[in-house]
Amino acid sequence: MLDYVTSYLSSNTTPGQAGNVFWALVYIMVVFGGVSVAVMAMNWLERKALAHFQIRLGPMRVGPHGLLQPIADAIKLMTKEDIIPAEADKFVFWIAPLIILCASFAVYIVVPFGPTHAITDLNIGILFMLGVSSLSVLGIVMAGWASNSHYPLIGALRSSAQMVSYEVAMGMAVVSAILMTSLHGLGAYGVGVGTSGTGTLSMIGIVQAQQEQHVWFLFKFFPLGFIAFGIFAIAMVAETNRAPFDLPEAESELTAGFHTEYSGLRWSLFMLGEYAAMIAVSSIAVTLWLGGWFRPFPNTLTGDTWDLVFSLFPGLTFLALAAFAFVGVARMPKHPYFRVQTIGLAGFGAVLALIGLLLFAPPVRDRIQDIYWFVAKVGGFMYLYIWYRATFPRYRFDQLMRVGWKVLLPIGIGVLILTAVLGVVL
Amino acid sequence: MQPIAQPGMQPVATTFFFYFLSGLTLVSGVLVITRKNPVHSALALIFGLLAQAGLYLMLYAPFVAGVQIILYAGGIMVLFLFVIMLVNLERSRKEEQFNKQWLVGLVAAVALGALFVVVYVKGKNLFPNHIAQPIENSNTQQIGVMLYGQYMFAFEIASLLLLVAIIGAVVMAKKRI
Amino acid sequence: MAPIGTLHYLVVAAALFILGVIGVVTRRNVIIILMSIELILNAVNLNLVAFSRLWGLNGQVFAIFVITDAAAEAAVGLGILIAFFRNKETLNVDEVDLLKW
Repeated sequence: MLDYVTSYLSSNTTPGQAGNVFWALVYIMVVFGGVSVAVMAMNWLERKALAHFQIRLGPMRVGPHGLLQPIADAIKLMTKEDIIPAEADKFVFWIAPLIILCASFAVYIVVPFGPTHAITDLNIGILFMLGVSSLSVLGIVMAGWASNSHYPLIGALRSSAQMVSYEVAMGMAVVSAILMTSLHGLGAYGVGVGTSGTGTLSMIGIVQAQQEQHVWFLFKFFPLGFIAFGIFAIAMVAETNRAPFDLPEAESELTAGFHTEYSGLRWSLFMLGEYAAMIAVSSIAVTLWLGGWFRPFPNTLTGDTWDLVFSLFPGLTFLALAAFAFVGVARMPKHPYFRVQTIGLAGFGAVLALIGLLLFAPPVRDRIQDIYWFVAKVGGFMYLYIWYRATFPRYRFDQLMRVGWKVLLPIGIGVLILTAVLGVVL
Repeated sequence: MQPIAQPGMQPVATTFFFYFLSGLTLVSGVLVITRKNPVHSALALIFGLLAQAGLYLMLYAPFVAGVQIILYAGGIMVLFLFVIMLVNLERSRKEEQFNKQWLVGLVAAVALGALFVVVYVKGKNLFPNHIAQPIENSNTQQIGVMLYGQYMFAFEIASLLLLVAIIGAVVMAKKRI
Repeated sequence: MAPIGTLHYLVVAAALFILGVIGVVTRRNVIIILMSIELILNAVNLNLVAFSRLWGLNGQVFAIFVITDAAAEAAVGLGILIAFFRNKETLNVDEVDLLKW
């Protein structure tokens, strides 16, 4: 029994491939916990960042600088009254948020945090992620239907039509990235034969193809990889019903759309599913175009010194966050009412500094590299999501559908054809 | 040639997963044909399709499983749910759900089932237990080679069929042609 | 317990097929009939994939074509349903009897 547990530690595959159920469950728990914490942090970051974009402060009271606001929100939502509309279909009403939640969380079993740090590495990884994330459309349709009222029904129909349309554009962009995994040449314009070039659908295989070809697929065939990435970046914002494509759930238009009739914990399940889906599609974008878990400039800035410099980044990030916390402590008002907040913020800063110092230790430093760079790139995408919400006005629904079908899809098909032609010619 | 796999080589969980997934498929099939509310039938069919994708995975067919999830559960069932929402009637839910010939139909279907049982009992030894494709690492690549090589003509005709279906569905569902 | 062989999958596929046939022959609601047809197609797919494990990948390629055709057929069938529903406000196949003598 004990050697079943410890035998995995010396292997270098994912738990799914090693067939080790215990470690697969451990990884699942870790990823599930990590995503839940990330969703709460994202909630706080969104409110603070939107507020600062709008020259106001955001939540400041609940914890120091509103850090405990997500916990207060969670407690509020859990203790609210659970209202079910009178004529609603109870079973479908109950199961709709669960379908969205299961679909959004099931994709995390193939997300590659490192060359062996995934729960499993399916042969059809990217196909699985696209397919399971498309199951959340079913949840939205059922949520709108089961509420038995006009606004949710219209919101659900609009939302699902939008998601299905942008899935087609996403698919085109993904196919052109998968096409690049089967190319032979090295570098941005891959001339000649450098690698063995077998195409693959597995997520870890795609990042390893980028490593073998010495280039991020963002820069491959220069404008083409970039345009494909741009199509995916726009389509993924529309796919998760986020601004500027959030007409179906906009408060001023449809009184919250398909989740109007949901209150308390059920509504929080929708939000959890939405943020989890955002992180999932961002990790698809990072894996396919941005080089997954590799540090920036893996081929131009090589050598031990550069490796050392880049390996200091995790610790430096946490130390920078701790510095921000201590600056906040210094700027707190010197009033006895603020004593608890000051102590709390100083404690939080101390914890961050400790984690930063821990990440400087060489054994931890070597192991944390892949996970850190992957999470940092996904975090960049999360910030982009918040930035879009603060900056862009909302698309009207017919404009939204026009962009999806008449702009993104033809460009996607064109990029695919040009990538294929260049792949054969070069 | 591929080695013949011995029956004792299966991992223990295979039996559990087979019975669980096939039970889920059959239960959802029964729910599809007996529910009064079409939305409940569609929901049961979605679970049945997902369980069937699991069965495909057990049969070393990951690409077909992926296609089943994307197309069937994520595409066709969304289409069904849209249409159910568009044409839903209060009146149809209070009507009879089974038609006048239900007994004759049931007897005919049971006779067909008896035929299947006879075929399988008599031909039990016709299905050998060896496995031709145990390796699934390159399943997608091999299917791709076959689709674009041997079955190229059928592939193109399938795309033409989908084009005709799109045009036909749009024309038929329009209010004024 | 006997190890899971091909015959187990064929029996499941046969049971699904019978359920689909019962649904088509017995129900009145057009949408349920279309969903039972999807059950029949799924049973056929399971049969094909079960045999392809023994005799090569042709079965899986055929199953992919069957899924594609099922999508096209569902789209056309539902289009006909909508067109018919617009004329006669009913979902009952027994009332599709305009050509009855």
